[in-house]
Amino acid sequence: MTGEFILETRDLTKEFKGFTAVDRVNLKVRRGSIHALIGPNGAGKTTVFNLLTKFLAPTSGGILYKGQDITAEAPGHVAQKGIIRSFQISAVFPNLTVLENVRVALQRKLGTSFHFWQSEKTLDQLNSRAMELLEQVDLTQFAALTAGELPYGRKRALEIATTLAMDPELMLLDEPTQGMGHEDVGRVVELIRKVAANRTVLMVEHNMSVVANLSSTITVLQRGAVLAEGPYETVSKDPRVLEAYVGSEDAHG
Amino acid sequence: MSLSKTGVLYIAVLALACAAPFIGGYPLFLMKCLCFALFACAFNLLIGFTGLLSFGHAMFFGMAAYIAAHSAKVWGWTPEVAIIAATLGSAALGYVTGWLAVRRQGIYFAMITLALSQMVYFFCVQAPFTYAEDGIQSVPRGKLFGVISLADDRVMYYFVLAIFVFGYWMIHRIIHSPFGQVLKSIRENEPRALSLGYEVHKYKLLAFVLSAALAGMAGATKALALGLATLTDVQWQMSGEVVLMTLLGGMGTIAGPVVGSTIIIAMQNYLSGFGSWVTIIMGATFVVCVLAFRRGIVGELQHFLKSRSNKA
Repeated sequence: MTGEFILETRDLTKEFKGFTAVDRVNLKVRRGSIHALIGPNGAGKTTVFNLLTKFLAPTSGGILYKGQDITAEAPGHVAQKGIIRSFQISAVFPNLTVLENVRVALQRKLGTSFHFWQSEKTLDQLNSRAMELLEQVDLTQFAALTAGELPYGRKRALEIATTLAMDPELMLLDEPTQGMGHEDVGRVVELIRKVAANRTVLMVEHNMSVVANLSSTITVLQRGAVLAEGPYETVSKDPRVLEAYVGSEDAHG
Repeated sequence: MSLSKTGVLYIAVLALACAAPFIGGYPLFLMKCLCFALFACAFNLLIGFTGLLSFGHAMFFGMAAYIAAHSAKVWGWTPEVAIIAATLGSAALGYVTGWLAVRRQGIYFAMITLALSQMVYFFCVQAPFTYAEDGIQSVPRGKLFGVISLADDRVMYYFVLAIFVFGYWMIHRIIHSPFGQVLKSIRENEPRALSLGYEVHKYKLLAFVLSAALAGMAGATKALALGLATLTDVQWQMSGEVVLMTLLGGMGTIAGPVVGSTIIIAMQNYLSGFGSWVTIIMGATFVVCVLAFRRGIVGELQHFLKSRSNKA
């Protein structure tokens, strides 16, 4: 089942009481690409993310991953299949060390995660792999620090390292550069480019320069529906997209 | 370095515990302290290391007390078998109640555990073998492995101490195991743990069963040590008391519940002359604890030591 598209949605719809947050969205994410999902606030981007990772159940429509219907799967299972998400609010385990944060993600594959009688020293065999991952995101010198003490940009980097530890085929990044200073944005962009080399990335992003810089395909959402799709050059000149962004105060680019 | 310091501290405390009955410690009081300390430690495994507030832990403590008392008194089982049976019984009860409760979070989880423990309480009021208001009295301690008589308070004390050390070591091991790592990650950020492929319900359920089993072990030991299993053990006030013990000592610290429970038991014991004022004094202590030192006694101490070593 190695089709051209790793992820497809078919008329994906989510209604909250009397309000359609996501309206018949048909997404096709090409294998190996960086696909960006953009749109004004409230366009339904995060809802789409939550649907894809099964944190929310769709009202109707289907989700296909590698040609397989995953609409009814549990979130833990979707993660085990290789779809790993990051969160809008930086999601680290604040009271674990930086190393432990990454190691928790590596640990599941050992198959000892229910072994309450074993010493945690049995996890030390994963430390070198965890350090490799931390090196990829320039965090080796912080390995022993408690994750909660990291500055914001570093937390995002740690989150990406944790996500990478799962060796995902498809990474879903929810606003990876949100709330970052200019310097951090540059670092995260480079990081995403690096990790996307041999996998597929779908991201929600507000920062237009990041989107323009990274993504090969852009889908613009407005009021829950797809407004336009294509490469940055096409989408950025689309009059409907310009209107949608000028109409709101959300245009950063 | 800090590790060896902790090790020295543990050895010192253990030596003190071994010597206690010979330096003026009253064995019955000491046994009661140890049983409640283990109970609080078991409770802390859930609230402190998994982030689940159970408001029905008395059902495990009390039910195990009944099982141990009944099997020792009526069926004549030896103490170690009675305690093991009661522990397994609590684990089974924990599996059923946990299976229902872990599907909900926060206050709903607490309410479900409370509701289920009330059901267990009313069962115990009605069931003939518990003797309702009278409780099961004068439970024989029997002979350990059918050989060593536990009738002497000091001998019994060492048996209880051994059980406590085993339980405490067990909890320490659980917290510092691969499983414990996952529990901590669930406590810290459940959606993230889920997105890393952990089916969090299953982990919570195992933690709940382990906590129930250890709480049961504490209850069973208490029933044999004090020769008594009553409705007090299974009542909701007991569930509240263990919350208080854990918060006072410091939830999420491994030694905190021991300190907290010892203080509460000591208060109940030595202030019993004040009658129902004890409850008011305990309530006031709780308020002061929440207002002034939220991390609990051990938690504040650790924080103080850590901030001092950071400055140095």
